[in-house]
This record gives sequence, C-alpha cells and structure tokens, in this order.
Amino acid sequence: MEYILIVISAIFVNNVVLSQFLGICPFLGVSKKVSTAVGMGAAVTFVLTLATIVTYLVQQYILNPFNLQYLQTIAFILIIAALVQMVEIILKKVSPSLYQALGVFLPLITTNCCILGVAITVGNGTYNAQGLEDPGLLAGVVYAIATAIGFALALVLFAGVREHLELMDVPKAMKGTPIAIIVAGIMAMAFIGFSGMV
Amino acid sequence: MKKLESTLSNMVIVLSVVCLVSASLLGFMYGVTAEPIARIEKQTLDNGIKKVLLDEANQDAQINVEVREDGAFTFYEVTDAQGQKLGTAVKTAVQGFSPDLTVLVGFNTEGDIKGYEVLKHSETPGLGANCVNWFQKGGKGDIIGKNPGKNNLTVSKDGGEIDAITASTITSRAFLGAVNAEYKQLFGSNTNANTGATKRVEAAENDSIKTE
Amino acid sequence: MNKIKILLNGIIKENPTFVLLLGMCPTLGTTTSAINGMGMGLATLFVLICSNVVISALKKLIPDMVRIPSFIVIIATFVTVLQMIMQAYVPDLYASLGLFIPLIVVNCIVLGRAEAFATKNTPADSLFDGLGIGLGFTLALTLLGAVRELLGSGMIFGVRIWSETYGALAFVLAPGAFIVLGYLIAIMNKIIKKA
Repeated sequence: MEYILIVISAIFVNNVVLSQFLGICPFLGVSKKVSTAVGMGAAVTFVLTLATIVTYLVQQYILNPFNLQYLQTIAFILIIAALVQMVEIILKKVSPSLYQALGVFLPLITTNCCILGVAITVGNGTYNAQGLEDPGLLAGVVYAIATAIGFALALVLFAGVREHLELMDVPKAMKGTPIAIIVAGIMAMAFIGFSGMV
Repeated sequence: MKKLESTLSNMVIVLSVVCLVSASLLGFMYGVTAEPIARIEKQTLDNGIKKVLLDEANQDAQINVEVREDGAFTFYEVTDAQGQKLGTAVKTAVQGFSPDLTVLVGFNTEGDIKGYEVLKHSETPGLGANCVNWFQKGGKGDIIGKNPGKNNLTVSKDGGEIDAITASTITSRAFLGAVNAEYKQLFGSNTNANTGATKRVEAAENDSIKTE
Repeated sequence: MNKIKILLNGIIKENPTFVLLLGMCPTLGTTTSAINGMGMGLATLFVLICSNVVISALKKLIPDMVRIPSFIVIIATFVTVLQMIMQAYVPDLYASLGLFIPLIVVNCIVLGRAEAFATKNTPADSLFDGLGIGLGFTLALTLLGAVRELLGSGMIFGVRIWSETYGALAFVLAPGAFIVLGYLIAIMNKIIKKA
C-alpha cells in the first residue's frame, strides 16, 4: 500500500517537472515531437533508476559511515557522469538497436537536473514516503521509477500539445518558447487538481 | 605554453590532481564552517525553546534545559533559575504536504500549550507555509492556551474546534496531529482528538513516560 | 575585447534566462518571492565567476579528453563551498532555496559558459563574462520573483503594495511560474527584437 502511495504521489501529485521544476531543460528542449519525447522518457527512466541505486549505496556505505556527507554533490555528479558514459558504451556493444533509439539522448542526461535532484532526495531520504518508518533502497527505487514515469508522462503530453501548437496562429512575440511555457503553466494547473489525492 | 596532450598518463594525472585539490579544499572548508553551522542550529533551538515556553516580556530569563529523546520525539524539560519547573518543549517531525514538517511545542506543567514554533518545513508558500503563523495567538486557528487533553484539537472538518489553514487541510491535519502526538507522548494519556495520532505514535504508545 | 562590452553582453544581449533560455529549473523553482530569486541569482553568480576564472586559468593544463569531467569537479567544488558558507551564515535563505543549491552543478549556464567562453579567453575576460551572465541571471530571477510575489500575495521584497485579498495564489504556485515566465519572455522578445 505504501509503495502505491509513493508511486501516485511521485507521478501525479508531486510531478517532477510540473510541480518540482526539475528537468525543465529537456522538457522544453526535446518536446517538439512525440516520438523523440518517448525516446527521451525511456532513456531518463533507465538512467535514473540505475543512478539512484548506485548513489544510494554510495551514500549508505561510503559517505555516511565516514562522515563525508559534504562530498555528496561532487560524488553524485561524478557517478552520474561516469554511469551515463558507461551505459552508452555498453549499449553500443550489446544492443545496437536500443543504442540507436536512446543514444542521442544519453549525453544530454548528465546535465538533466532531475537525475541529480532525485539522487540527492533519495540519498537524504527526504521524499514523500508516507507511512514508511525507514525508507530503504526498495522505496528509493520505486520512487525513482515513478518519478521517471512522471517525467515521461509530462514530456509526452507536452509534446502532443506542442505538435498542434506549431500550426496555431499566435502573436509574433509569443511564437515558439513563450507560448510553450505558458501551455506548460496550464498543464501544471491541471496537475494541481491531483493534490488532494495523497 | 603548449596545451597538454590527451595521453593516458596526462589524463590520469590531471584528473587525480583536480579531484585531490578539490577534496582537500572541501575538507578545509568543512572544518571552517562546521562550528558556525552547529552553533546556529543550537541557537535556533534555544531561541525556539524560550519562545514557546516563556512569556514575551521574559525572553532573556535564565533557564536550564534537560534533554531527553524517545523515538521520534525529543523532550526539553525546562526549569527556571530557581529550579521551578516551567514545562516541557517537545520536538517532532511529521509528514505534512511535503516531508519533514518539524514542530516544537511548549506545554506547561498542566499540559496547556504555551506556544509553538515551526522549526523546519517545506510546505507550499502561500498555502501550507502559513502554518508558521496560522495557529499562533491571534491567528485564525489559535491553539495557544488550549490543552489537547481537554480541547479537541483537530480541524473543524474532522469535528474538531480548530479552523484549518485555507486550502491546506493536509498541512493543518499534519500539524495538529503532531501537537496531539507530542502531548500524548509527554503525558501518556489519550487526547480528546481521535484522529490526531500518527502510526508511529501508536507504536510508541506503550512505552510513553509520565512526567507529572 | 572591451570589458564593459563583455559585461553588458551577458546582461542584455545574451541574457541567460530571456534570450538563451538556459538554467530554467532554478529560474522557475526558486522565484516564489523576489528575495528568493535574488538569493538564487547571487549564488549562481558566485559559482559562475569562480568556475570561469579557475577554468580559464587552467585551460592549458587540462587535456581535451578529460575536459568535461574536470570542469564538473571544479564546478561541484565551488557549489559545495557555497553550500557550506550559506548554511553557516545565511541559514534562512539556505533553507528556502533547498535542493536548488546543489543543483547549480547541473545548471547548464555554468558548464555552458565554461565551454563557450572560459576555455577560449583570458581569466580577466572570463571574470567579466561570469559577472555579466551572473548579473543577467540575477536580474531576471529577481524580476520574475517580484512579479510572482506581487501578483500572488501583493508584496514585493516583503513590502505590502496592495491587500492580500487581491492576490491570486496560483502565481505563487507552480503554474504561475510558467505563465509569468512565458509572458516575460514574450515582452522581452517584443522589446529586444523590435527596438
């Protein structure tokens, strides 16, 4: 039951893009077409899950025991950068078709702040784990996957709207990014409707 | 000077040096700032304890504080300079709309609420964040002077006598839940409210300690 | 290059928020009030200047292949230093900016300027570039924060302009951030591209 709450809360109530403002850059950058949005969503889900597991273990078994919490930021970003690089190399060797689908998005992910953001949140245990006495690795992973799904959901929905937006007649100064950001605002307003759920 | 070539040894040396220098710089900075950070945290807590237990005119009075921890709760038993018991401030963290809503509540020896202070929160600004002032004396959901053992400190939607923060019932329930749970933990008796207790508290109920 | 020109370039012509559209996460996430926006802007300014100068000074010593990881380590170091200083001396601001302080590491502005400017110019020029871009970012965030605070709660920098009853809460919440930013960019488009 607790895990279901974490999932619903991470996807809808505290949507990573629309209410926590993490990962806005790819949200605005790769949302022009639905197909690329799906690819990006999948790549983020993959890396986010892996990164959360590794950073959580590092936090629990290296940083906390040696009282090195102040090295958290620097350690996590290095792990994420190395991990992304590794995933790229392995994918290229093992599954060229998957690499073709996700490859172009991987380098962009290092600077996607939702990865580092989620890693820090899980490492510190400060996410919405209502009712769980001690959120361990499993809860962290569930939270990471749900967050990534929330990201992909927002990205794909937004891309769908933007495809239509291209054909609309908007004032010249509003064309492109400004109108897209305002549309994102309206989507965020719709997501506020979920806030009573958990 | 010519730019260094990307040979393996060069790369390894440069990366290790960069990491080493930054790690030692951080270690040094940590040493410099650890003391002020600890001092500020203690100061915030000390001021908080005084604020929730002493009268406004009396904020500079000398007090003695005895700290006791019990699971999710921390108790600060306060006596004045003459050794007279003033009451107990209780600190606990609950899940509000966001995690880590940390509340410090001062109870006098009768269990009346003398004051409260929200030590830490990440509630939504303009909504749940109003809990900092909402329940203070003169606020719309005033709880000061009330006693969780006699008054039903839940939101009016749940049949209680406190007005919830506008559009922030979740935060209000969490806040009042924390207050009731602290009272219960401190005095060991049931509160008048039946919805205030959190799961964690029910688990800890058996070993609660009577102070009076 | 003329130092003043570099400075103004960052504030107006290459304003990171309104023109380059970089660093959107803190822009939207921390601007619930003018003071928070300004705090976040100044924090980024500090990191930007430090990393720009150091990277520019070391540019000859870092082999190309390990360029990005070295830059990230340097940036992360300054971010952590900043984090500890803020925690020690301005704890209230630190608490309200929260997660967004460590996230300066992945702010595209910082790494972007290191790549695009600091690796190609002298430390002195890089200092002014960092200052200009940082100020441009700070101004944009303060403006955005001020507009949201005014529309949402009727105050600017905590000073009441009109009664709270006229405030529309949506502007303090997530949707308001997007909507206000969208309109501000549109207005800037109108001013900069037409004038």
